[in-house]
Amino acid sequence: MSVLFPKDEAECAGLVGDIAGRGETLEIVGGGTRAGLGRPVEATHRLSSAQMSGITLYEPSELVIGARAGTPVSTIEAALAEKGQMLPFEPMDHRTLYGQTGEPTIGAVAAANVSGPRRISVGAARDHLIGVRFVNGRGEVVKSGGRVMKNVTGLDLVKLSAGAHGTLGVLTEVIFKLLPRPDASLTLVFRGLGDADAVGLMSLALGSPYEVSAAAHLPAEADFSGRTLIRIEGFPASLAYRRDQLVARLAAHGAAEALEGEAEGALWARVRDCAPLAGDGTGEVWRVSVAPAKAAGFVAGLSEAGIVRHFYDWGGGLVWLSRAAGALDDGAIFAAAARAGGHAMLVRAPDARRRAGPVFQPLSAGVMALTAGIKASIDPGHAINPGRMYEGL
Amino acid sequence: MAEIAFPAPDPEILARRDAIVAGLARLVAPECLITEADGRRPFETDALTAYRRLPMAVVLPRTTEEVSAVLGFLNAEGVKVVARGAGTSLAGGAIPQEDAVVVGVSKMNRILDIDYASRTMRVEAGITNLAVTGAVAADGFFYAPDPSSQLACTIAGNIAMNSGGAHCLKYGVTTNNILGVKMVLIDGTVVELGGDALDAPGLDLLGLVIGSEGQLGIVTEATLRILHAAEGARPVLFGFPTSEAAGAAVAAIIGAGIIPVAMEFMDRPAIAICEAYAKAGYPLDVEAMLIIEVEGSDAEMDATLKRIIAIAQAHGVTTIRESRSAMETAAIWKGRKSAFGATGRVADYICMDGTIPTGRLPEVLRAMEEIATGYGLRVANVFHAGDGNLHPLILYNINDPDEQARAEAAGNDILKLCVDVGGCLTGEHGVGIEKRELMTHQFAPVDLEQQMRVRAVFDPAWLLNPAKVFPLEGRWQGR
Repeated sequence: MSVLFPKDEAECAGLVGDIAGRGETLEIVGGGTRAGLGRPVEATHRLSSAQMSGITLYEPSELVIGARAGTPVSTIEAALAEKGQMLPFEPMDHRTLYGQTGEPTIGAVAAANVSGPRRISVGAARDHLIGVRFVNGRGEVVKSGGRVMKNVTGLDLVKLSAGAHGTLGVLTEVIFKLLPRPDASLTLVFRGLGDADAVGLMSLALGSPYEVSAAAHLPAEADFSGRTLIRIEGFPASLAYRRDQLVARLAAHGAAEALEGEAEGALWARVRDCAPLAGDGTGEVWRVSVAPAKAAGFVAGLSEAGIVRHFYDWGGGLVWLSRAAGALDDGAIFAAAARAGGHAMLVRAPDARRRAGPVFQPLSAGVMALTAGIKASIDPGHAINPGRMYEGL
Repeated sequence: MAEIAFPAPDPEILARRDAIVAGLARLVAPECLITEADGRRPFETDALTAYRRLPMAVVLPRTTEEVSAVLGFLNAEGVKVVARGAGTSLAGGAIPQEDAVVVGVSKMNRILDIDYASRTMRVEAGITNLAVTGAVAADGFFYAPDPSSQLACTIAGNIAMNSGGAHCLKYGVTTNNILGVKMVLIDGTVVELGGDALDAPGLDLLGLVIGSEGQLGIVTEATLRILHAAEGARPVLFGFPTSEAAGAAVAAIIGAGIIPVAMEFMDRPAIAICEAYAKAGYPLDVEAMLIIEVEGSDAEMDATLKRIIAIAQAHGVTTIRESRSAMETAAIWKGRKSAFGATGRVADYICMDGTIPTGRLPEVLRAMEEIATGYGLRVANVFHAGDGNLHPLILYNINDPDEQARAEAAGNDILKLCVDVGGCLTGEHGVGIEKRELMTHQFAPVDLEQQMRVRAVFDPAWLLNPAKVFPLEGRWQGR
């Protein structure tokens, strides 16, 4: 298999057009740290974004940054840190889960809609992605959105690109809106709560006026002691006030300790990167999106699915699960997620497993028909990342 | 500058009107079908009142099943469909055509579920924006997008246009506050996109549908994200001697890492119009005014305002007035939110909606003034300064065809300017019929063709709101 390294968007468009024109296929690779995400792609070529790199636009006073798809996330974050700003959605770093050593790229953050703990308060990567340029399966360069944060001009192909895992074109440039980095951060830590109690506490905190930026629950099985975490961010006087208000409001759930500084940052990085379930890098890891009010019930109903460990982020709206590889019938988690009105994704499993069965929650017939139609409208020859999300697409 | 064109009605469809109406009568109750001309008249336009087309019939279904039956029937008959919420579109998004049937969602306006623990709410899509917040306000919650028309406009219309409002600088626009929809496709198929979880499975079809201006289907139910309101909110008026100074202050505030919940800009003509209407205490002796709103406890607001005031002072602010009561706050926002209505009392106007990079604000304000003057017209500016979403109101007399043509030409020039400085044609009102022919200024042919190919997945025969968004010439028809 050849690996192609286009130097720029025009060369990329030419390569994609040639490959698709010959009826061949390509797999997009960025830093390779998320290769385990989605179904394995069987393609005749690999196309790397590595040489399409660099920040193309950064206007701190407009809260906007644009970069070529192959730009390392670390490059973006360093540039933002210099101006006291950040990617608001706190993107997860998948290296912890997959044991990879490459450099995550900003294109993959957009393509996989990669978010983290702050997603519960400010929205996901898709909420902050405001512009894209991509090469479609005809080898054409298409742009959608732009650099301004309010834009309803035409159909929103930006949102469609976010979370399409590269199946709807090769992203060449992405533009994100930003937020100022908060002056300070503080996490209230509650100990020893059961799941339902913890989710109730998180709902109470998130449903308060005190601007909780993140809320997670690590049960004892996923953590050394069992902790429920409520994070607030802002300027110091505001933090102190909101800390006191929250402690009083949540007193029925027990006493809280305050965690700040490096230890706090490290703990949230563990939550963000799913470190509590990383284990030895082999077991299955699932992520389930569900309404917070249904989260604890969903987990309690999983006893027959062979779940080993779990924890909650997004106030219960995101449930991480792990179990031994290939332990039981794989339909169980999808079915349970569907019963709870949510959906599941198999985030880590051996290639053979991800090739053999669904990785993303199976869709209704109507939505699947639309999905197939959209794939065909953008990549008619199924040349780009074929089968990454769904078999045959 | 030619009038905005409508496609010629299809005589074959017009000839079958009686049969089509009879078919609709079999699907919905008599009170849900409007066929008499007088009854159809209120549906012939929206808030772009210079243009009117009387639809063949109007259907106001009561359930998703009825919408499904109606669309399935009209699709089989090859009849065009124009979806309608409350008809408040400023871009002509809900203006029908003579050979089309209007399908309105106004009878579907119930609240289906409120879940405070998950902070979501499920509603029928014909409910008004304000009624949504009204249903949860007593418990301290609100729905964030707040377009100025929120008293009348529906959630369905907000979804179609991806509506924003004054507070989206902090809380985002409709697409950031909707978790799921139930939607009927043109062939009657009912699909659920998203749900009550934060992320949706598969492709982000919900993100595609929001802002699609009624071209992909008709949304009948929606799950909304609701938030707990801050402990307090306080708007402050800042008067500046020049628009440039006000614009620079906005950039400096954001650059300092402060995101107020709203930063609204008005120029002198707009201040005078709104103050005469709302008696909000706006300063009349300044060239530009910012309404900056902060949230939190009293101490938090005091601290944030202290920093904002210091920045404003560094930019030559001449008047600062803080709201001291809920009544004053209401008056300040009443003045801003009634800007379009108040302007309508003194002149007819076209409201533009371009967005620009905020760094280009001073030069764009100057250039807009020159454009309007060049056409012999006046312009009043009211807009969301924090996100660069401009709303120049071009004042004219609707009974003077020449003046209307000049106003539309000036509007087009202003929008092209917005695109040329790196912005876009529309930030929150949508393309509708109004900006359709300007799409080629913002997008290359290949960009538009890709959008149309995606559109065709949902509506291959161009039956849903077909005269909107894409230029009438060069429409992609293939498969």
